[in-house]
Amino acid sequence: MDAGNYLYVSALLFTIGAVGVVLRRNAIVVFMCIELMLNAANLSFVTFSRINGDLNGQVMAFFTMVVAACEVVVGLAIIVTIYRSRRSASVDDANLLKR
Amino acid sequence: MTTSNSLVYLIALPLTGAALLLIGGGRTNKWGHLLATALSASSFGVGLYQLAQMLGRTNDARPVSQKLFEWIHVTNFNVDAGLLLDQLSICFVLLITGVGTLIHIYSISYMSHDHDRRRFFAYLNLFIAAMLLLVLGDSYLNLYVGWEGVGLASYLLIGFWNQKPAYATASKKAFVMNRVGDMGLSFAIMIAFATMGTVSFSGVADQAQHTSKAALTAMGIMLLVAAAGKSAQFPLQAWLGDAMAGPTPVSALIHAATMVTAGVYLITRSNFIFDAAPTAQLLVVIVGAITLMFGALIGTAKDDIKKALAASTMSQIGYMILAAGLGPVGYAFAIMHLLTHGFFKAGMFLGAGSVMHGMNDEVNMRKYGALRKFMPITFATFGLGYLAILGVPPFAGFYSKDMIIESAFNAGGTKGIILGSVTLLGAGITAFYMTRVMILTFTGTKRWDEEAHPHESPWLMWLPMGILAIGSVASGYLLSRGNALVNWLHPLFIQHVKHEELLKPIVVSGLALTMVALGVAIAFNKYARQDVANVAPEKVSRITKFVRQDLMQDRFNEAVFMRPGQALTATLVATDELVIDGAVRGVGSIALGSGSALRGVQNGFVRSYAALILIGAVALVAAIWVVVA
Repeated sequence: MDAGNYLYVSALLFTIGAVGVVLRRNAIVVFMCIELMLNAANLSFVTFSRINGDLNGQVMAFFTMVVAACEVVVGLAIIVTIYRSRRSASVDDANLLKR
Repeated sequence: MTTSNSLVYLIALPLTGAALLLIGGGRTNKWGHLLATALSASSFGVGLYQLAQMLGRTNDARPVSQKLFEWIHVTNFNVDAGLLLDQLSICFVLLITGVGTLIHIYSISYMSHDHDRRRFFAYLNLFIAAMLLLVLGDSYLNLYVGWEGVGLASYLLIGFWNQKPAYATASKKAFVMNRVGDMGLSFAIMIAFATMGTVSFSGVADQAQHTSKAALTAMGIMLLVAAAGKSAQFPLQAWLGDAMAGPTPVSALIHAATMVTAGVYLITRSNFIFDAAPTAQLLVVIVGAITLMFGALIGTAKDDIKKALAASTMSQIGYMILAAGLGPVGYAFAIMHLLTHGFFKAGMFLGAGSVMHGMNDEVNMRKYGALRKFMPITFATFGLGYLAILGVPPFAGFYSKDMIIESAFNAGGTKGIILGSVTLLGAGITAFYMTRVMILTFTGTKRWDEEAHPHESPWLMWLPMGILAIGSVASGYLLSRGNALVNWLHPLFIQHVKHEELLKPIVVSGLALTMVALGVAIAFNKYARQDVANVAPEKVSRITKFVRQDLMQDRFNEAVFMRPGQALTATLVATDELVIDGAVRGVGSIALGSGSALRGVQNGFVRSYAALILIGAVALVAAIWVVVA
């Protein structure tokens, strides 16, 4: 089967994730979209690994998963804390950075 | 040349006095004036000692020098701080210290009510020291130090009562106008250094004949500018009238007898330059002639007794400058008139001070009148000075002024006739305005303010006046007896070239006396036989109005120098603000503007940041793609 199709799927998933991050307000959904983008990248890595016939891409995918796991821990903690103080999970409500 | 170790004391004594009184401050208040007077007198003593030494030597061995220290020593340019006392400078030394001491004595009484008398005496001593350095310096550079010193002392003393803004302005005006002349002197020194490689008098005198005429002429003109600034000569004359803001002893010492004659000294001292540069010499004569008429005309319209005398000083120095510009025939006569003028003008200024002292510091002559009975000594001394300035024989001015008129006539050709007529006419106008001063002040009816109680001044004041009056009577005769002064100064100047006499001396004297009699008669007719108003009449001819405004000298300076100067300054300030500051501020506002424009991006919404990152990443990838493909 043509490896290029995997790359199309990966690009599609990445685009869906990016659009979700930019357009959705709910922090949990934004978070899920980020995961989607990371996994799209993982799919690309693995595909390139297959195309090139070596293991570099697969090793890279493991790194990505580790980073994603850490990010989930920190990110969810932040979201929960913000929700506790603001009673809202909307990312637009947490806009104090401009001051 | 003979050397001496005692020349430095001439300067050091009064300089010590100035330093002690200024540094000592209030602690010296009680005895400061006595110390200053004693130091000035001892400086006069040293001068007399030097004169006695000098008389004991032959003509060629008379100049004395003293090297103080090595001042500037750069490869081929060496200037030592050195003093030179020769036949010319001894005249000045004795005039400065002699008249200076008398004026110190006078000031003890005149300034006794001033709480700042000590500071006044400190400045007087400073002036004496600076003026002595001016006439004793053996190079133009040493002279320059003294030249600036007297300018400073003059500034400090004119503005002595600087709590009055007008007086402070007058001192600033004198200082600024003097600076113009000082620039001339510094240019002259630079020319001397550039073309001759030396600035000492003897060096320049030796080099003068090997130097191009153009350089000598330029140097001569620059020296003339310097002399004009210091001696209140046309076109830098406007400061002298305002300088009368200073206490009267200052006017007598600095603005009549000594400092304002420094220009005459400079030209006489630089005779080797002017003799070799006829164009510059002609300019000197022209400046002298213009100023002598200018001052005389201003003198006719002044109601302020000190300003009338100041105008007269300007005119008399015009005579000296004119004589100095006539070349070797005139130098000695310039110095002779300078010395006699030092006596009679200082005496008259002190007389004016005495009158003011008795009249509550009133200076307007229209509010004087009939003071002869109340101030007999002042009247007598002032009267002797008056006869001297008129040139009535056998008083001092007769000898000195007639010599100048005679030399002017004998200058040859049309030039001689023009100069002779100007000096004659000047003598007539002098007689007119001085008679006017005499009549308005001492005779006629009382026109006093109610609170005036005229009285004779104390002996400390009339004693110096009396001594100066004796000088006004006798100095002319003594200096010209057997051509004493001419022979004394003879070795310093190029030998006389005998001119053909246009008019015989007796004819010149006759003409001069006729002019004087005419001037006196007109003044007598106008002021003694009619009542004088105690305010200046308003309905007067245009000419009178013109003369009253000092022949528009201030307006001229304002229009020609001040306004364009201000415009130039304003332009430069505007350029500074627009171009230089503009560039600096421009950089700032560009940063500020771009900052506030970009601030909108930082809106605090995470999603917009994410969108920007996305756009950036896409743009980056697109760019790489374009480049690689």
